[in-house]
Formats: sequence, structure tokens, C-alpha cells
Amino acid sequence: MSGKQITGAEIFLESLKKEKVDTLFCYPGGVVLKIFDVLYEQKDIRIILPRHEQGGVHMADGYARSTGRPGVALVTSGPGATNVVTALATAYMDSIPIVVFTGQVPTALIGNDAFQEADIVGITRPCTKYNFLVKDVNDLARTIKEAFYIATTGRPGPVLIDFPRDVVTAKTEFHYPDKVEIRSYNPTVAGNKWQIKQAAEAIAKAKKPVAYIGGGVVLSNASAEVLEFAEITKIPVTHTLMGIGGFPGTHELSLGMLGMHGTYYANMAIHNSDLIIAIGARFDDRVTGKIEGFAPEAKIIHIDIDPTSIRKNVRVDIPIVGDVKHVMSDLNKELHKSKEPWDAIRKSWLKQIEAWREERPLSYEYADDVIKPQFVVEKLYEITRGDAIIVTDVGQHQMWAAQYYKFDKPRQWCTSGGLGTMGYGFPAAIGAKVAHPDKEVISISGDGSIQMNIQELATTIENNIPVKVVILNNRYLGMVRQWQELFYQERYSSVDLGSTPDFVKLAEAYGAIGLRANRPSEVEAVLKEGLKAKKTVFMDFVTARYEKVFPMVPAGASINEMIFGEEKKKEEKKLKAVK
Amino acid sequence: MKHIISVLVENKFGVLSRVSGLFSGRGFNIETISVGPTLDPSISQMTIVTTGDDRILEQIIKQLNKLIDVIKVTDLAEKEFVEREMCLIKVNAPAEHRAEALRIADIFRARVVDSTIKTYTFQVTGDEKKLAAFIELLRPIGIKEIVRTGKVAITRE
Repeated sequence: MSGKQITGAEIFLESLKKEKVDTLFCYPGGVVLKIFDVLYEQKDIRIILPRHEQGGVHMADGYARSTGRPGVALVTSGPGATNVVTALATAYMDSIPIVVFTGQVPTALIGNDAFQEADIVGITRPCTKYNFLVKDVNDLARTIKEAFYIATTGRPGPVLIDFPRDVVTAKTEFHYPDKVEIRSYNPTVAGNKWQIKQAAEAIAKAKKPVAYIGGGVVLSNASAEVLEFAEITKIPVTHTLMGIGGFPGTHELSLGMLGMHGTYYANMAIHNSDLIIAIGARFDDRVTGKIEGFAPEAKIIHIDIDPTSIRKNVRVDIPIVGDVKHVMSDLNKELHKSKEPWDAIRKSWLKQIEAWREERPLSYEYADDVIKPQFVVEKLYEITRGDAIIVTDVGQHQMWAAQYYKFDKPRQWCTSGGLGTMGYGFPAAIGAKVAHPDKEVISISGDGSIQMNIQELATTIENNIPVKVVILNNRYLGMVRQWQELFYQERYSSVDLGSTPDFVKLAEAYGAIGLRANRPSEVEAVLKEGLKAKKTVFMDFVTARYEKVFPMVPAGASINEMIFGEEKKKEEKKLKAVK
Repeated sequence: MKHIISVLVENKFGVLSRVSGLFSGRGFNIETISVGPTLDPSISQMTIVTTGDDRILEQIIKQLNKLIDVIKVTDLAEKEFVEREMCLIKVNAPAEHRAEALRIADIFRARVVDSTIKTYTFQVTGDEKKLAAFIELLRPIGIKEIVRTGKVAITRE
């Protein structure tokens, strides 16, 4: 050995530089002290200290979703590692590329129930795309290269590297490989040409087609190709919660979101369609409703990079495995060749959809005396001109944000779609703001969700990361309450958050700004003042307590069997008259 | 329906746990699983016997292929193949039953690998039907213990 010998800790840092990592979200502890010592001196990577490891990894997730580049985090062994499990599972369900390093007790002590030991590789096996335990410092650089490669290619996902203390301190020469090949891992990128031709033919024949796009469109940066596809063929486009921004929300062919809280017209279009073109979406149960009743007349084309997504939940007539951007670009070429009179073919179908849209547009009842949560989201859209990055938690506020904020661009929307993690939003917004210091980043949250990672207020103040938090505060776990009202005979079990803290004072206690609106007339002023501030702001909107998210497909129903707020009232009136 | 799936995997620690975790996490059934090295010491061979309809089997194969450490998955139902399983069976063998036990073992070409005053232990190899028949015939004599390897299978040329 002739070259310079450096420690595992230094290799860690040099490898991150090679991967062009500019931010590291990290929380120290016993076995990773040596790494933090190395981080102390360097100036290349911005270090953000969260106040909880879960928050740190959600930050890496928000960073990744808003930029498309992998987010990176480092935590200590044992409780540091187990604290990131929820954040890993969140990223795994939504296919988000993050690389998380966990410290581990020295290799000689592994399995001895040492202090702060946890089998984190075993624990996270089902909620990571892949994970490693590095036992030899000579494997470290290659392992880091492989981790970034696996996290960012194919169907992206979180990768964890477990890093024993003796590997951190051991020395070796540093060689970072330019590229890695893993013989058992070769994602399919290009779609099968013949299948793509079949798809083009089916599209030309279809009378009532709908494109159904998911998170894969965003992940694969394929929104331009999807837009081109829709504009060539005049096919209306509906999106999932994860597909928001994959197709412009203000486009005339956009049907908005489908599924449980989707629009009436999107669900009717899907239900009555004769061809569904599923693009980077996975037919989740929140989308399909009762699977037996899903789109009974439709042929299905399914484009996805993950073969396991295809035919997992629904029958598929034309499967195409490949990267969405690649496949859509090939499909568009094929469609350009055909000289179908698309406008004429599509006229009656689009007219039918317009009729559905007019019959039941997305709507809520405005009130003068109490703030309707939908009104806050609408105002926010208006004031930010649809240009902010919106990050949500999970619950009613998430659905209202998805319904009433219109997104024209991808990576402007971060939400925990698959796992549905309360507490995701605020830290993820911090990660997005770190990556986009010049953009307005707004965390829309509920009074329940915000309390699940509220400690990260300190992170925003200390690191000067001004995130604007809109709290739709109904003093309830509103979505659970909604289900109890509709399906559990109004037995409101454990949903009343009556002793919710004073969010204004709470923000001030951390050194942030707190604002409150109690009446609809105050909403605009509070939003404007909050958005103007150069600091983190909690905007507490005291909203109507019993407002529900509509339309809604009840669990177990088909997606054409939606319920609507006002209809229920009418039924009640009728019942009273009969009595 | 019963299927035998042959899986080539990287010979690394944790791979068996990834495969078995996949089955338990997604509610798939493993009837038997056997693992051993191949000619290439960096690759191991797993033979998994599982049950499920076509849709489940398609998912099992796709999900196995998705695992980073899995190199190749073959559903043997699509091929000509030979399957074998080995079984060690300890039976009661007091004086009055010793001859009978040996006669049955002879029919199935089982070997006596251990013998005590009260017991015989047989080693028998064969496909599922043969092993089932052998066990059935020994049952009246009194089986004390059975240990099975799980199936291994190999495709024909």
C-alpha cells in the first residue's frame, strides 16, 4: 500500500462529495462521534441538525422530492436508528431516493446486546429498497456508490447503510468507483417496442379513453412527455395524490384527482371509460375503490418501471415495463405517425366529461361567520399564484390542499401518499426549503399532524430556514372524526383535541412568528403577512370544526358510488318529512 | 396449486432473510425451502415449494426478481424437471417388528443409518409420492420422528 490512508469517517465525507451531496441532515451520538468530528472542519456540505431523527430523514425526503436528487441523512445507532424507521417506510411507499447512514456498535460487539445496539438492517429490510452492513473499511467506498446507484435508479427508494464504529475509525486508501455494476440488478428502462405499438393502436381505437397518472410521472421527470401525449390525442388526464403536478392542474384536459376524494368527473370518466392508460401509477385501493366494480368496460394499458406493480391489483391488457419518460417518448413518436383526426374522435367523450364537470364541480359552502378550510387553501393559491412548493401532513387538510390548490408543475407538491405519515409535512417542508431557498415553501397541516414533529421549529430558527406553516385548526383529528360521523354512528372516540396548544404562543416560544385568523375576513391579511415574513411563521386558522372532505367514495364502494355533502342534508330533510 | 421455484441468489448474509421476509410480509406461503451453494461459490441456489393461484404465483416470481440479491428465478412448472427430497425416519423397532421394518425399507430402497435395540433410523430419497407412500407403510409400526430436507429440483436438458 503506497497511497494515503484515511479513516472510514473521512471516506464517508469524501464519498458524499463525490456524489455532489450539498446538505446532510444528521443527529450525533456515541458511535458516530468520529464522523461528526470530521464534519466539524469541512465547509463543502451544509450540516442541518434536526431535533428528532425522524424529522431529519423526513427533511432528506422533502429535499429529494422537491429536487429529484437523493436526500442524505446520518444518525447514531440504537434509538437513533429505530427513530428513522417511519421516515424510511414513508420514503419506501412513495419511491423516494434517500440514503440514510446509521451508526452501529463495533463489529465485535454486534449481537451482544451492546449499549445502543439495534439490528437496524434486520428491522429496515422490509421498508428499504436495499440495506447494507459494512463490515470492512475496504468495502465502504464501493458500498456508498452502490447505495446511491440503487436509491436513484429503476423504481427509486430509500437505502440504508449500517456503519459499525470500528469501520468508522479503520483506515484504508480511498478509491471511489466511477460506476458500479450489480449483476442481479438491471432495471428495464426502454419499453417493449411491440407492446408500445399495440398501445398506440388501442389508443387510436378507443372512444372513451382516460390517462391516469401517478407518482412515477414525477419521479421519472416525464411531465413534458405526458403533456405532449394528452395534447396529441386529446385524452383527458386524471392524477393520483402522488401524481399531482405531473400534468398541469389548470389544463383543460385535466380532470383533477381521482379515487376516494377525487372529483366526481374524474371518477365518472374512469368508471365509464373504454380505455385506461395508467402511467407510473399502481392502482392503489384508495384509487380503485371496490376492485370488482372498477372500470368494468375498460381495457387497461399499464406503463410502469416496476413489473410487480403490473397485474398486482387489476387485470392489464397491455403491460409495458419501462421508465415512464422513455416509454412515453416512444409512444408519442408512434402516435405522431398515425393521422387520426383526434379532435373529431374525442368530441363527444369530452362533451360528456364537461357535462359531468358541470353537474358536480368541486365545491364547498362558503360561510361568513366561520373559516372554511377550503377557503384558506383557495386564498393561498390565489396569493401565491400557484407558484409555491406545498408540503402537507396527512388528513383532511391534505385532501383539501390536493383539491383546491392547482399545481401546474411537478415537484411542487410533497405529501406522504402511500404510508400516510402524520408528522411528515413540517420537516419535509424544511428539507424542501433548504433545497429551494428562493422559493416559497408552505407546509399545510392540521392541528393533529403538526404536533407530531413540532420540535423542528427549533431547526428552522437555528438554521434560518423560513418555512411558512398553515394550520387548518379544527381542534379535531378531522379525518378520523369524519369517518366516525359517517360510518360509526357519530361515536367520536379519541378525536377531540380540545386542549390543542396556542400555536401563536408556541411559535413565539421557539422564536418564530405566530399569527391567527378567527374569521373569514382575516384570512387574506394573515396569509399576506405570513408570506411576507423572513422567518418561520405558524399561521393558525381556526376553522369550522365539523367540515368534511367531499366528494367521498366510502370504503368498499365502487368509485362511481360517491357521496356528497349537500346530498346528505337533502336526504335528512326527506326523512324528517316522512316522520 | 403447488409450484417449485428455483432461485439463484448472491451468496451473502441476510439473503435468506430477505427471501423469507418477502414471503411472510406479503402473505405468500412457503411449504419447503432449501438452500445450498452452487458450482460458483458466490452464488447460492434456493428451491422453494409454494402454493397459490396464477395471480399469486406471478406476484411471487416478480417480487423475487425485484429483490436486489436475486439473480434468476425459474418456475419449474414451465420446464421438465426432476425433484428429490431426503428424509430421515426413526421408527419403533422392537424384536417383533424388526423384520417387517426392514422389508418395507427394502422395497423403497431406504438405508438403515442407525440402529438401536428399540429403533431403526432410515434414510430415504425420492419424490413426494414415494416419501408419502413410505411414511404411510411405516406408520402402523410406529414412527417416532421425521426430519426432511425440503425439495431440491433440477431442470432436464
